[in-house]
Amino acid sequence: MNVQLPSNDMGVEHMSNRKFSRMTYPLAAASVLALTLSACAGGGGGTGGGAGGSDAEANLDGRGPITYVQGKDNSNVVRPLIEKWNAAHPNEQVTFKEQTDEADQQHDDLVQNFQAKNANYDVMSVDLIWVAEFAAKGWLQPLKDKMAISTDGLLKATVESSTYNNTLYTVPQTSDGGMLYYRKDLVPTPPKTWDEMMSMCSIAKENNIGCYAGQHAKYEGLTVNAAEAINSFGGEIVDNSGKATVNSDEAKEGLGKLAEAYKDGNIPAEAITYTEEEGRIDFQAGKLLFHRNWPYVYKLATTEASSAVKDVLGLAPLPGMSGPGASSLGGHNVGVSVYSKNKATALDFLKYIISEETQRFYVTQGSLAPAMEKLYDDPQLVAQLPYLTTLKTSIENAVPRPVTPFYPAVTKAIQDNAYAAMKGEKAVDSAVSDMQSAMEAAGAK
Amino acid sequence: MSTDVTKKAPTTEAAHHMPGRESADRKQVTQGRWASVLLAPSLILLGIVIIYPVVNAIIMSFQKDSGLDPATGFFVEGGPAGFENYTHWLLQQCNGVPCPPGTLGAQFWDSFGVTFFFTAVTVALETVLGFWMAVIMARSFRGRSAIRAAVLVPWAIPTAVTAKLWFFIFAFQGIANQLFNTQILWTGSEWPAKWAIIIADVWKTTPFMALLILAGLQLIPDEVYEAAKVDGASAWQRFTLITLPLVKPALMVAILFRVLDALRMFDLPYIMTQGANGTSTLSILVVQQIRQGFNTAAALSTITFLVIFIVAFIFVRFLGANAVAAASTGGKKK
Repeated sequence: MNVQLPSNDMGVEHMSNRKFSRMTYPLAAASVLALTLSACAGGGGGTGGGAGGSDAEANLDGRGPITYVQGKDNSNVVRPLIEKWNAAHPNEQVTFKEQTDEADQQHDDLVQNFQAKNANYDVMSVDLIWVAEFAAKGWLQPLKDKMAISTDGLLKATVESSTYNNTLYTVPQTSDGGMLYYRKDLVPTPPKTWDEMMSMCSIAKENNIGCYAGQHAKYEGLTVNAAEAINSFGGEIVDNSGKATVNSDEAKEGLGKLAEAYKDGNIPAEAITYTEEEGRIDFQAGKLLFHRNWPYVYKLATTEASSAVKDVLGLAPLPGMSGPGASSLGGHNVGVSVYSKNKATALDFLKYIISEETQRFYVTQGSLAPAMEKLYDDPQLVAQLPYLTTLKTSIENAVPRPVTPFYPAVTKAIQDNAYAAMKGEKAVDSAVSDMQSAMEAAGAK
Repeated sequence: MSTDVTKKAPTTEAAHHMPGRESADRKQVTQGRWASVLLAPSLILLGIVIIYPVVNAIIMSFQKDSGLDPATGFFVEGGPAGFENYTHWLLQQCNGVPCPPGTLGAQFWDSFGVTFFFTAVTVALETVLGFWMAVIMARSFRGRSAIRAAVLVPWAIPTAVTAKLWFFIFAFQGIANQLFNTQILWTGSEWPAKWAIIIADVWKTTPFMALLILAGLQLIPDEVYEAAKVDGASAWQRFTLITLPLVKPALMVAILFRVLDALRMFDLPYIMTQGANGTSTLSILVVQQIRQGFNTAAALSTITFLVIFIVAFIFVRFLGANAVAAASTGGKKK
């Protein structure tokens, strides 16, 4: 950047200097703006044009090669599945497009390709919290009429998470639910209700360990935990039509239970910084009596050499108001892009994904919880993954996280206010009513 | 580049004194034409990568984000917005009512303040520490070049990796708490979170500051110091009367770069706290808003840009930090 100017003539130098500075302002200005804005430069188009009517009607009979898009295949199940499909369908080959393993990046990649109406993104794995957004933008092919697909035998909550505005837009591929991990040596019978669990916290105190922790740092995990508390006590975050309905006494009671437990120290102070991994490490080190987490913890807590709870690990459904609590549902669904050229092939591929054979493969090969109900009672699978029975109860009682096209704003409203309520910076009542107004301001009304 | 310009200058000068000025003029005209032809590719490139996105973003910022049509459940185009996207941020208005807590709009002025707080504190600390490191590195001692290279290591590590490292250090069971035998919730309460981010940022960027200042220090001829010593100036006098004024142009440029950088701060707070506990900067707000609506995000980007631009302008205009010219012409200008 150093520019050496002729120095024999002061006048020249002065002039050039001024000229340079004059040039510099707009240039520097422009480059700074470009840096700040480059992130949203791709967003010109905005919406996908309302109902996406014509796109959704086109190519319904198209057959030919398709592309399947999914985040990083950590469990190594996608490639074998596709190889098998390709062997049977030589004229309708599936190509696997693998994204990164960061959820946010997967979301943004899908959005960009939908906006560009990329016909090469035919079938995609969609985190269930994005289904409503993509459907409302008109990017997902409605699975009705010619594209209809049967969801019989799939868990009800997973199908609900695939549905927007009473229309099915995706099919559930894998599922996930929260469970309560506990110390069998200290608690002979697991608590059925939240209050019962809190009353057992004296045991934790006697043993000088923390009582309960879930995921309470301010991120998506807090939405999951707060929604579980609210749903378990009969509250509701958004109703079927997508309207925010969180401002209720039930929701206040649910969130109040979390806030109270944190205030009492039943949830240790440091848990306010916990995501899944910090909590798991604490529990595995024997420092927690109860721990809410996903099924992946089971394998680690029972097999890792450093695990102190290997032999005393207990597993139970989440505790609720008077019975099992309402877990938040996790998992991925599969949908078809409205811009796909070969939708008939895509539909066949969807049927292949929810077939019993594929669903079984997900469990045995990838330890991924299936969306098919009867597999949870399969003795062979239960022997392999003993948590399936508990997980079934959890998913049967699960509530999908708020199904709303404004999910990013809704989850922020929940996180910010639940966090403030837990830390005692805000009364639970006003936290819940702020949640309601923040969701309404975002459009969920 | 510098030799080019200096070489050419005398020839042009000579041309003026030559008889037959017309030919010289024509030569200048053709040269000018050639110059524009040669410059065209880079100007076009600048147009594509800078002007187009900027103009596009400003146009977007005057469009409404798509809204949901309750009858169909589908999004529809928002239409022109006027200044609504700007008032949304500046006046914190969400559809005519004050933005409730838990919306991004409600965070604008907080994030604004946090951004400037981080900038002021980190740049001040980095300047002082960087100066100190530069003075040490400017001395000649064995292994000086090794030290200079080693100092760059924190700067060379990608910020996202740095942020993750410090995230683990400041975790509840992390090294920071173990080392000092404390129980601080570094990422779970307001001031510890702010200081955690400041510490990480200072660790990362002080070396950059130090090297820029070091470059300035090395431009000062040794003779000046020797003359001052002969005149009986004390070490403190030599520092305040010689080093500081002579290093000022380089120092101001270094500070300018750091301020512009710090005002855009994103990775460190985003990875360490996700913007919780009063650590949300303007850039974090922009990125979170992009997921909720591009056009409102474009307005926020434009606001952020204007803020940074004004700060840069003040620096260049009133504090003499001219990034392009001052670094080379040095003290001669004043």
